[in-house]
Amino acid sequence: MLTLRSAQTLQLTPPRLLRPFSLLYLIILFISLYRFNSIQLNELIKPNSKTLNSLSFYTMASSLLQSRIPAISFSSSLSSGIQWRASAAFPAKPRRKSSPVQAKIREIFMPALSSTMTEGKIVSWIKSEGDVLSKGESVVVVESDKADMDVETFYDGILAAIVVGEGETAPVGAPIGLLAETEEEIGEAKAKAANSSSAPSTHPPAASTPPPPSAVAPPPPAKAAAPVPTDGPRKIVATPYAKKLAKQHKIDINSVVGTGPFGRITAADIEAAAGIAPSKSTIANVASVAATPAPVAAAPPPKAAANNFVEIPGSTVVPFTTMQSAVSKNMVESLSVPTFRVGYPVATDALDTLYEKVKPKGVTMTALLAKAAAMALAQHPVVNASCKDGKSFTYNSSINIAVAVAINGGLITPVLQDADKLDLYLLSQKWKELVEKARAKQLQPNEYNSGTFTLSNLGMFGVDRFDAILPPGQGAIMAVGASKPTVVADKDGFFSVKSKMLVNVTADHRVIYGADLAAFLQTFSKIVENPDSLTM
Amino acid sequence: MHSLVSLSISYPHTSPVIARSNNTFEHSLVSPSKPRNLRFCGLRKEALGFSQLKRFESHRVLVSSLRHSKKLSASLSDNGSPPKSFDYDLVIVGAGVGGHGAALHAVEKGLKTAIIEGDVVGGTCVNRGCVPSKALLAVSGRMRELQNDHHLKALGLQVSAAGYDRQGVADHANNLASKIRNNLTNSLKALGVDILTGVGTILGPQKVKYGKVGFSDNVITAKDIIIATGSVPFVPKGIEVDGKTVITSDHALKLEFVPDWIAIVGSGYIGLEFSDVYTALGSEVTFIEALDQLMPGFDPEIGKLAQRVLINPRKIDYHTGVFASKITPAKDGKPVIIELIDAKTKEPKDTLEVDAALIATGRAPFTKGLGLENVNVVTQRGFVPVDECMRVVDADGNLVPHLYCIGDANGKMMLAHAASAQGISVVEQVSGKDHVLNHLSIPAACFTHPEISMVGLTEPQARERAEKEGFEISIAKTSFKANTKALAENEGEGLAKLIYRPDNGEILGVHIFGLHAADLIHEASNAIALGTRIQDIKFAVHAHPTLSEVLDELFKSAKGVSGDCTSPGKGNSRHNHYQIRRNRILKELAFFLRKVGAAILEQLVF
Repeated sequence: MLTLRSAQTLQLTPPRLLRPFSLLYLIILFISLYRFNSIQLNELIKPNSKTLNSLSFYTMASSLLQSRIPAISFSSSLSSGIQWRASAAFPAKPRRKSSPVQAKIREIFMPALSSTMTEGKIVSWIKSEGDVLSKGESVVVVESDKADMDVETFYDGILAAIVVGEGETAPVGAPIGLLAETEEEIGEAKAKAANSSSAPSTHPPAASTPPPPSAVAPPPPAKAAAPVPTDGPRKIVATPYAKKLAKQHKIDINSVVGTGPFGRITAADIEAAAGIAPSKSTIANVASVAATPAPVAAAPPPKAAANNFVEIPGSTVVPFTTMQSAVSKNMVESLSVPTFRVGYPVATDALDTLYEKVKPKGVTMTALLAKAAAMALAQHPVVNASCKDGKSFTYNSSINIAVAVAINGGLITPVLQDADKLDLYLLSQKWKELVEKARAKQLQPNEYNSGTFTLSNLGMFGVDRFDAILPPGQGAIMAVGASKPTVVADKDGFFSVKSKMLVNVTADHRVIYGADLAAFLQTFSKIVENPDSLTM
Repeated sequence: MHSLVSLSISYPHTSPVIARSNNTFEHSLVSPSKPRNLRFCGLRKEALGFSQLKRFESHRVLVSSLRHSKKLSASLSDNGSPPKSFDYDLVIVGAGVGGHGAALHAVEKGLKTAIIEGDVVGGTCVNRGCVPSKALLAVSGRMRELQNDHHLKALGLQVSAAGYDRQGVADHANNLASKIRNNLTNSLKALGVDILTGVGTILGPQKVKYGKVGFSDNVITAKDIIIATGSVPFVPKGIEVDGKTVITSDHALKLEFVPDWIAIVGSGYIGLEFSDVYTALGSEVTFIEALDQLMPGFDPEIGKLAQRVLINPRKIDYHTGVFASKITPAKDGKPVIIELIDAKTKEPKDTLEVDAALIATGRAPFTKGLGLENVNVVTQRGFVPVDECMRVVDADGNLVPHLYCIGDANGKMMLAHAASAQGISVVEQVSGKDHVLNHLSIPAACFTHPEISMVGLTEPQARERAEKEGFEISIAKTSFKANTKALAENEGEGLAKLIYRPDNGEILGVHIFGLHAADLIHEASNAIALGTRIQDIKFAVHAHPTLSEVLDELFKSAKGVSGDCTSPGKGNSRHNHYQIRRNRILKELAFFLRKVGAAILEQLVF
């Protein structure tokens, strides 16, 4: 227990705090290190790696109520936590007495269960809101990167609010629940929880703070209004699973009418009340909680949201051109592909030199890059492959480099077919033709849709890096940034200035994995850095 | 290892206290009264829980003098015989697992043995307990696997909806029971044990009658008698068992119906195992537990974890701290009604309406009609009082000669294998060897999914004992999450816990919750039985990758066993010396720093 305490102290002392008292900090750190190292020598050897320890967390005496700092930021509560720790380490200090008086609502923090743990997942809350806790009782089960552990409270109190629910994760040190000392404070704690809950949760999309408490837990009282059994204290009979589901979906079991045998409330009744599809008897997963507040009233949410865009007066609506519609359609379609991105810096000094040499012969940078990419693809056929049906690789027999070109009001990708086989000069000539055709909108379908790999270059605008969307049907797209002089330190410690450009490849992870892409980029970078092969 | 040494040494040391006329030679070497800690297979006697038991040295002499061996043959047994001759050397009342184990061992020892059984051979375990329940649990384990989409997917398996045929499941359990029963009967017959059918009653010292109701009784005499009548499900007052909707484990094992919602009264082994079966088959379960927490018999930490895995995620809820004061079976279109009262205040608390109720409140000894009054024995809550050697104690606190009681009927440890071990221990004694069973080395298991197993003391028990006897205890734990085999099975949920004495490395208790825990416990129980210490067992090699490595890991993770670092050796001692010096320097440094730190803190705070 002590072990973890000191581990906790260590982990809770980020240097930016207490900076004015750096000496104090150092000493505390040293002492805790010492405690850490020598006193608990035995236990510490394997701090909590394989063992399932039950350990205590700190409900920090963060003065939520009377704090001079109104916002409950982690750091503010932390400093008080440190004070508390420090005084606990030196029990003679009378200072300790004054602080807990103030702290009526305590935060329960995500503990650090192992030295490598940065965030933890709440496996389950052993206690639920409103439960009375006594010191040493297990409150919550946390899954770290190594094991599940029961976390106990150090204080008596009432679990007022659960900030981070079951199945959610929170970073170490983030508040996961609130502990009130008396019942009167529960309300206050709940309000706090409502305010703070948006901050520490790991699903950050809702950056804007939601409107006060009511929005946090919107119980669907649609059905509740109907038949409230007012005929005295009628007994409510609900099966164990029904009760569990009701709790999970935050449904007031008293408002549900049982349709099971003897009028009991069954799981199906709760599911109906929650407006969810009856599960196939398996344990409903936590994800369904999110779907809860979509009962009968709310129409399909996505559409509703789309229609809710505010119209700003004076705006004009211009319909998409065919090309723009095609782009739009393709872009939406691209969302169904699980993509990922890998970036790579490529030294371009040699390429620039070569470019200067071959420019008079009509060779463009696009052609050079396309050729380099094609040559690299020849060595890494999987990057030239695509996933058409979600079940298989389609290895393309030829390497066709599509190059994104902006033409007035649109975007098209003329394709350099067999870019690996054509020589640089032919390729450049071909490219010129294609661009002309594209401008004249005379491209044949196979000249813009036969690409197996796409190249998009915004370097000429000074863009240093960007992120391309993978066009459906292809395996990967390369986004090329501008080449810029960069200071580079070599392995001997000498500085030099080298031109570097960042290339960023977006790929379909169903067929192309990180290592494939990295290897491809390495090859690509080697080709660009030794570009002589491009002219051969 | 220890025991082996002590065994070989003690032979020459011991001298017979009394001469026995017809002991076989190997027995004559062993004094019957003195070397109590000399145990066959080294079972140590310094077990706890025996403090209340007295030794009856004077009596032992008498017993020993009467004892004679049948080692040679029946006809020779009259050689130098006691005044009367007996029909049997040993008669066992009750052919359960305890009686069976005793009979087998008695035959091995050359005793002429009979076993009296009024019902079917095999007793509770085989017919209405462990055996058929394992059949049901085997089904429930598979159902669980097949229903767990998430788990299957993680293994890359796809299974369409799993279903079951209730009758098929019930038949499996029944077939298993009859198969084991036949095996048991055949083994007894093959060994020449007489199976006497009827209800056995003790008429007096060394005399038993048996017979079916309505038939004339047969009276037989035996040199020694073992009572092994076992137990029956205990049904508290106010509960009306109809065998259909309000049932005991006896009925539940027949699996005549699978209710939608069943209340299980009692959350011990039986209740837990049935909750596993019923929830796997689709029932919802409500536990009713009189104590404040579920699974009261288990180590608290194990219980907590087990609750998290076996109760919380399943379709189970529970009421703790309540008694089921009245349970009315379903009739007249009404469900089963259970009235709950507070366990302490006895005030009405709640009423449950369920489809069925299983009474799993423990088991009561089956000792009525045994004729114990004929030998002046008064049962305590039905249990036959015995001493540490299973010898029956009469109302005046004296030993009843030649009468032993084993198994559930004596209530020491209500487990089939404990009964069998006690039976073997008794046979050892009647054939002239001292033997005391160390009950702390008897493992126990609960066959849920995953399983729970334990041996020895729980942590609170160990702490209590440590406090009383003034020693330190330490705890070591390992998780199944760190075990390769468990992870391969995708069953990383589990914990093994070791309670030990760091001063001498003695294992006090081991508790396991996890995949195949019931099979894993024996390494620990054997270690306790043989007195193996942690510092020795930690060097034992385990095959890799196996679940047994959980225990390997557990023993290795036990720190601070003094035998560990103080092993003699030059290199070691120098190393230790260095360590001690380093520690001292560190301590002084820390003390200084603390002073400085405190001073600075003071400055800052004020």
